[in-house]
Amino acid sequence: MTAVTTQQAAPAEEEVVTVKVAAPGTAIAVDEEPEARRPAEVGRRSWWGAAFAAPHSIGLALFTVVPIVASLVVSFMNWPMIGGHTWTGLENYRRLFDDPIFWVVVRNTAEYVILYVPLNLVVSLGLAAWLTPRIRHRHIFRVLFFIPTITPLVANVVVWRMLYQPDGLIDATLQSTLGEHAPNFLADDTWAMFAVVAMSVWAGFGYNMLIFSAALDAVPDSQIEAAQLDGASAWRTFWHVKFPAISPSIFFATMMTLITSFQVFTQPFLLTKGGPGTETETLVQYIYNTGFQNQQLGLASAGAWVLFVIILGITAVQFLGQKRWVHYE
Amino acid sequence: MSSGGTRTTGAAPRVRHAIGYVILCLIALAFMAPLIYMVATSLKPESETFTTPPTLWGSALRWQNYTDVFSYLPFARFILNGVLVAAVGTAINVTVAALSGYAFSRLRWRGRNVVFLLFLATLMIPQDVLVIPMYVMMQDLGWVDTVQALIIPWAFTALGAFLLRQFFLTVPQELDDAARVDGAGTVRTFLNVMVPLARPTLAVLAVFTFISYWNSFLWPLVIVNDVNARATIPLGLQAFFGQQGNEWSLVMAASVISMLPTVIILVLLQKHLVRGIVTSGLGGR
Repeated sequence: MTAVTTQQAAPAEEEVVTVKVAAPGTAIAVDEEPEARRPAEVGRRSWWGAAFAAPHSIGLALFTVVPIVASLVVSFMNWPMIGGHTWTGLENYRRLFDDPIFWVVVRNTAEYVILYVPLNLVVSLGLAAWLTPRIRHRHIFRVLFFIPTITPLVANVVVWRMLYQPDGLIDATLQSTLGEHAPNFLADDTWAMFAVVAMSVWAGFGYNMLIFSAALDAVPDSQIEAAQLDGASAWRTFWHVKFPAISPSIFFATMMTLITSFQVFTQPFLLTKGGPGTETETLVQYIYNTGFQNQQLGLASAGAWVLFVIILGITAVQFLGQKRWVHYE
Repeated sequence: MSSGGTRTTGAAPRVRHAIGYVILCLIALAFMAPLIYMVATSLKPESETFTTPPTLWGSALRWQNYTDVFSYLPFARFILNGVLVAAVGTAINVTVAALSGYAFSRLRWRGRNVVFLLFLATLMIPQDVLVIPMYVMMQDLGWVDTVQALIIPWAFTALGAFLLRQFFLTVPQELDDAARVDGAGTVRTFLNVMVPLARPTLAVLAVFTFISYWNSFLWPLVIVNDVNARATIPLGLQAFFGQQGNEWSLVMAASVISMLPTVIILVLLQKHLVRGIVTSGLGGR
């Protein structure tokens, strides 16, 4: 780890920093490689390349490509955790779509996504815009807001259970100030989902905040000063200069947040166990219950593929929308 | 009062700025409240964890909670498991990623672009979707409820290859040529020239890989049966937290301990973490 602090001046440093002007992730592309620079030695190096790439490629094939293909196959089979397997074609998908609980968890997941994603983006963008370089000790604020994002989610959820539960911090505070009981957040039909979302936003926005903050830092001062000379207010400068300039980052963050929020599991699982009833049960918890509580791995795989198709859909939108929606210089 | 009298600049914006700063501090404080409450509760006697009106500090600071937690649950084992799993997984991931990142950027070989596209494609597959087939695979291998099942399946994620490839593309070709003139082959050039240069990038990758192993919850929940022997910290916390009659102060002490390593990493290496996140989308949840 000392390497990190001593190797500061490595030649790549400035190169890496320029990449960040574009949205993160877009830096990854199959593109301009220094192939033109090195015409010779093709023969000698040809098998070294394959040899260097082999460990990673084999590992990735075994532990990602094979499982993903296998899961598609398993989703067409009756595959109990113990015992024989039989081919059943689309039977799992039919059962899935006939299961009322499945549609409940799809709706719950959608509800979570619709609440969580905008809240996360507004909070993270707002704070990133607030934490300009002029704010004293901004790096301390950044670190604070990032703590729950990088620490074990389970530990953070445990604390929030203490805040939410009857006689917990929120309830006790209300009792001693207003003399009223707070709702039993985690056991109340109307409150449970909001409680899960609030905790998740608290725990998750730090990541987008960092992305936006770095993107805002990269907006050229000259553009901002030009707007200010024209007499634009801070508000107008933000919407008409900074916001368009960081639109690639906003787009990227929106897509990533969408994808991760469709996979929400730990927060509802530990706060409410999906309850009350099935009020906060999400798609991943449904997959987990089907696979590991009811031990029906075929049906669970079908559920996982539904989730995967949703995520692929978002990825496709990201890919197509990038050109249209986003302002690249 | 104001020095010039041309315009009343200076005072008004400064006051506004100060008020804004105070509000920001209050927001930060409200944000930190759950974490402060966690630390405070971890130091309370158990009988004082739920009181009305709520108190921040108990009648005494009970540091003993932090030693009691090790007898209340097999916490030392959880820490050990967590460190072992994260360290070995990180070592594997960083090693294979350095090699493949080099192969994808500086070496020419048949099939390179196809393999690279496959690497790209795997990034779209979320871990949650892989959990079921991975479990079936672990059953076939007889790895259910083993340490290697916690490590190996996630040691080959593709992101590191991109990070390293991105880095190696920036290294001047002259360095290879110089090494070649000195008589170094591909392996020696890689080990003696490239790896030392890539150390900052390798460190960023290592930190993120370590943290993602350390925090991982769903996979341990699925694959570990004997929690006392094989759980990492998040699973262990969850298992004991689920029991009736929680010892809240001890659970909070355990939570504080589980957060310490990553908070320390965050404070010490924030610049590098930020760079990793911003340039490559590492560490996304």
